[in-house]
Amino acid sequence: MANVTLDFEKPIVELERKIEEMKSFEDNLDIQYEINKLEEKVIQLKRNVYKNLTRWQRVQLARHAERPYTLDYIYSMCDDFIELHGDRLYKDDKAMVGGFAKLDDMKVMIIGQQKGRDTKSNLYRNFGMANPEGYRKALRLMKMAEKFNVPVITMLDTPGAYPGIEAEENGQAEAIARNLLEMSRLKVPIVVCVIGEGASGGALGIGLGDRILMLENTWYSVISPESCSSILWRSWEYKEQAAEALRLTAEDLLEQGIIDRIIPEPLGGAHKDHQYMADTLKTALKEEILELQKVKPDKLVANRINKFGNMGVFEE
Amino acid sequence: MGWFKREKQNISPDSQKLDIPDGQWEKCAGCDEIIHKKQLEINAWVCYKCDHHFRVGSEEYISLLFDKNSFKELDKKMKSGDPLEFSDTKKYKDRINSTIKKTGLYDAVRTGTGKINGKKAVLGCMDFKFIGGSMGSVVGEKLARAIDKAYDTKSPMIIISQSGGARMMEGALSLMQLAKTSARLSKLADAKIPYISILTDPTTGGTTASYAMLGDINIAEPKALIGFAGPRVIKQTIGKDLPKGFQRSEFLQEHGFVDFICHRKELKNRLDLVLGYLSN
Repeated sequence: MANVTLDFEKPIVELERKIEEMKSFEDNLDIQYEINKLEEKVIQLKRNVYKNLTRWQRVQLARHAERPYTLDYIYSMCDDFIELHGDRLYKDDKAMVGGFAKLDDMKVMIIGQQKGRDTKSNLYRNFGMANPEGYRKALRLMKMAEKFNVPVITMLDTPGAYPGIEAEENGQAEAIARNLLEMSRLKVPIVVCVIGEGASGGALGIGLGDRILMLENTWYSVISPESCSSILWRSWEYKEQAAEALRLTAEDLLEQGIIDRIIPEPLGGAHKDHQYMADTLKTALKEEILELQKVKPDKLVANRINKFGNMGVFEE
Repeated sequence: MGWFKREKQNISPDSQKLDIPDGQWEKCAGCDEIIHKKQLEINAWVCYKCDHHFRVGSEEYISLLFDKNSFKELDKKMKSGDPLEFSDTKKYKDRINSTIKKTGLYDAVRTGTGKINGKKAVLGCMDFKFIGGSMGSVVGEKLARAIDKAYDTKSPMIIISQSGGARMMEGALSLMQLAKTSARLSKLADAKIPYISILTDPTTGGTTASYAMLGDINIAEPKALIGFAGPRVIKQTIGKDLPKGFQRSEFLQEHGFVDFICHRKELKNRLDLVLGYLSN
């Protein structure tokens, strides 16, 4: 796949290209010294750039075309994955995947929205925008996990629930609402992780859990910056401002008390090292589940309802 | 000159003194009939000619559904805290304050306890005129507390929805109100306490994707716009015109998401009947 470079990454790519060029004149000690100096400089530059990203730049990273998606994580983190299809009512939604898997010896049910990598696979996956049957499939799998006492992991990565005629006919809103109600009383641990885009109700539809994690370069909010711009500014041009105003990064959400933990990404973003990212996430998920498994089911459910009950800011 | 003699008086602003004060007439959006407000009120704010249901707020629904003077409001003065210090073309704080001034409401939902034909119930009723009936922290918290009240007093819960969805100006916190309210309703469901959702025009977005769709019984007013995505967004996405009646109450009943559609004049009696079936 062709490398995708975002605007703010251009100086880095430029420098890296220079180093590559110099490396082609091999066996010259003087040049080697220069190369070392430049490599040092690249690392510095990277640290600087990625530490000072604007919110809109984070949104761009969260959508990076080379980022690992749900199935990438599942295959990198898990053994013995059995994908389970269909909602047993209507259809199999390709934008929502799930099934049993093992994190080392820990049995889990993993569910997540799935994007495609190119036009063809994106059409197949509907760009990661699930229909009601996707949310119902997710719920079916969660209920089965509960029945067999298996903890649930959900991975959020969607530009939104699909806004189409059929989706409305089949009750998109009801499917999401039902998931929220049922997930709040599911008697097994649920760990949620935003791995890319967490856009509104479409993301939250599988996002109610005991522990909410976000990868470092992801976003989660009530609306995408573009749509927010088009509604409040009446133009698509204000997406940067909208991203700032919405305060939608992992750090922002930690501050707002919505998420519990930020999972660090490799320098430059999750796509720079898929395996490293998957290993980091796997360690975190296992830690969280082991902790949650110590809590009795009734207490788990009560804590979960309270957790979301505490979200909100108001004056009396 | 003088060929014609004007027999009537000239028409001028003060030549015809109307004995009805200003703002007492409403035009029906369904049939253009001009109706006097008193007449509308008597007819439950429904056009007597074409049955168009005028969009009314919590004040009207409370007087329509609850026995006289039985309604006791909860958390009346709870107000938004502007957690993100949000600003678009206008500061959110200013928007809130000017809306409070304009509407006399503190946020987009009012909650309270009262009696319907002598039966006690807890109500949450939204107001579209407060920033499009949008759901932020205040709506979520007030509804959550009202649901707790229903839980504690073992009274049925009724929520009348009228909302464009979650409130953008509170970002992810608004989104979490979907989870918060739905989670609370699960407690009610486990305790077998009835919850009735009444969907009015319009009920869309996050409101539909949480409590509005979760009633043991979902009741809709005729021809109300009810959906997840807004019709404009869907039209843009699919690039086609939408079918007639799409996302209206009748469409939702046809597709199985609304138990029945109820004329506003019948609402109190039907509600009473339903509550009778759901209580032991």
